[in-house]
Amino acid sequence: MDTFNTKLSELLNTAHINPPLTGSSQINVGTTERIISALGGALLTYYGLKKLDTAGIAMAVAGGALLFRGATGYCPVNEVAGRDTADSESILIQITRSLTIRKPRAEVYQYWRRLENLPNFMEHLQDVRQLGPKRSHWVAKVPGGVGTVEWDADIIQEEENTLLAWQSLPNSTIDNAGEVRFMDAPQDRGTVVQAIISYRPPVGSVGGLAAKMMNPLFEQMVQEDLRRFKRLLETGEIPIIEGQPSGRTSKNY
Amino acid sequence: MKALCWNGINKLNVERVPDPSILNPGDAIVRVTMSSVCGSDLHLLDGYVPAMREGDIIGHEFMGEVVEVGPEVTKLKKGDRVVVGSVLGCGGCEFCQTDQWSLCDNSNTHPEILEKAYGYAGAGIFGYSHAFGGYAGSHAEYIRVPYADTGSFKVPEGIKDESAVFTSDAFPTGYMAADMCGIEPGDTVVVWGAGGVGQMAMQSAWLLGAGRVIAIDRFPERLAMAKLYAKAEVLNYEEVDILEALREMTGGRGPDRCIDAVGMEAHTTGVEQYYDRAKQAVRLQTDRPAVLRQAIMACRKGGTISIVGVYGGLLDKFPMGAAMNKALTFRMGQMFAQKYIPKLLDIVADGQVDPAYLLTHKWSLDQGPEGYKMFKEKTDNCMRVVFAP
Repeated sequence: MDTFNTKLSELLNTAHINPPLTGSSQINVGTTERIISALGGALLTYYGLKKLDTAGIAMAVAGGALLFRGATGYCPVNEVAGRDTADSESILIQITRSLTIRKPRAEVYQYWRRLENLPNFMEHLQDVRQLGPKRSHWVAKVPGGVGTVEWDADIIQEEENTLLAWQSLPNSTIDNAGEVRFMDAPQDRGTVVQAIISYRPPVGSVGGLAAKMMNPLFEQMVQEDLRRFKRLLETGEIPIIEGQPSGRTSKNY
Repeated sequence: MKALCWNGINKLNVERVPDPSILNPGDAIVRVTMSSVCGSDLHLLDGYVPAMREGDIIGHEFMGEVVEVGPEVTKLKKGDRVVVGSVLGCGGCEFCQTDQWSLCDNSNTHPEILEKAYGYAGAGIFGYSHAFGGYAGSHAEYIRVPYADTGSFKVPEGIKDESAVFTSDAFPTGYMAADMCGIEPGDTVVVWGAGGVGQMAMQSAWLLGAGRVIAIDRFPERLAMAKLYAKAEVLNYEEVDILEALREMTGGRGPDRCIDAVGMEAHTTGVEQYYDRAKQAVRLQTDRPAVLRQAIMACRKGGTISIVGVYGGLLDKFPMGAAMNKALTFRMGQMFAQKYIPKLLDIVADGQVDPAYLLTHKWSLDQGPEGYKMFKEKTDNCMRVVFAP
């Protein structure tokens, strides 16, 4: 489990935030893995094409392959390798990211706690609906417009203005869990927001490999989501350049 | 509208592009009345700033008239005559609120690019590559100004455009260079580079209490301007040994404060120049630090080096031992436009400094490519070309 850094987790006290071992990580159904492949593939392709250097093109090619695997459900690597799904050791991926926001802790917490606000700054979320005091329904966009994934989650721990922890319900498409901590920053700098997201990718060597490949992209995604949160709270807007003039004829800024 | 677009290394074209529009509630649209070339643009032209993309509109030192404001803009209205700082600041983050505007957390649209190179990213800058936010620049008929309330300043009646435009960038950069020196009354201040920013640094050094100002360059007309307008003593590094001259001029002590207003494409004489150019050409170093090396050697023990010339990446043969053992203080940074512009408009209004002498050529935007060529080659005694679209 080289994606789970035990030492860092001890240092940051994040080891307890693990999703249940129930859903996609324990079953080996085609659909789940195809969604993951398509999602990761689209992400890789997107970031790869955005960068357009050697590494970017390599990312885009790898992304294209994953997209193909997701779209067709056929993986040549699996066939050649005679993929071993019996070895179902689960992989746990944990991403920790912190940012400091120059706003009072209560204001920052309240904005996040109103879960319907989350799609305002989490780029890949389409909709979050509160179903009850603890339960919520989540809809995420699959990058590239391939479709959506949905799941239900429960808030499992809540301390006002301090901490919010959630976990996906058993047998979700992707087992995931998370905790967001809100702390006063020193010297009146505002509020430290620390997000710990953890999830279990689908079993099997190929699923695990794909998850490890995608991990930096997910880390970047968490980082960018937090950054949009900060920008929205500090300035009321998220800076953009899409739509400004340039000498380019394509819409690609 | 017409705009000057970067289309590759040393490839500029005037093109027709769509007019800008309000994209965020804090935006304003400004009709550009004056937009100046800047030495830092030459790093874009020469290809030393990565993340430029074909079709990017360049230009970042400008003024104009407000023609439209977004719903959240409160301090500006249609018709206001404004000068706009070249560095964007959101006004809400820790750095903006402590007057360190070029370190803004929020104005760079793609901080992840610089975070990989620098650890943490600075602010967005108009027309200065996608590493600095990818904002369309000011060499155009109109420009979209995000965070318009924080970055735009009304120009007082008595100040003419030719003077006001340089309070956008050259003057605040020069002023910050002198401010960072921590000048004590009577100090000797040396400025490397007698271009627009260097000239303003010399003027500012006087304002902040210098007893003596020395300018270093190789272009006689620029040195002449430094002497005439900035009352500086001048040294041509192609004619004299700078280290020896500075030592003798300061009674063997060395100058107290040294300002680098040149940056990463410094030119020098002899073997050092060929060595730096060769290493930069094969990317073994990204920047040519000849001025910085010389400033470190020249500075008196316990003195200050203030850097506003732009550096982008890595340096080679940096005399760290000299800097450490002489207990030098280093101050540097992209300028904090919003901190200095109001004060500098007052200084210009009072007649203490008139930056208008920097403007040697006022041209139409159609002559953009020729303007940059002349500015780069420093022909026709060119100090600054300003485009009036």
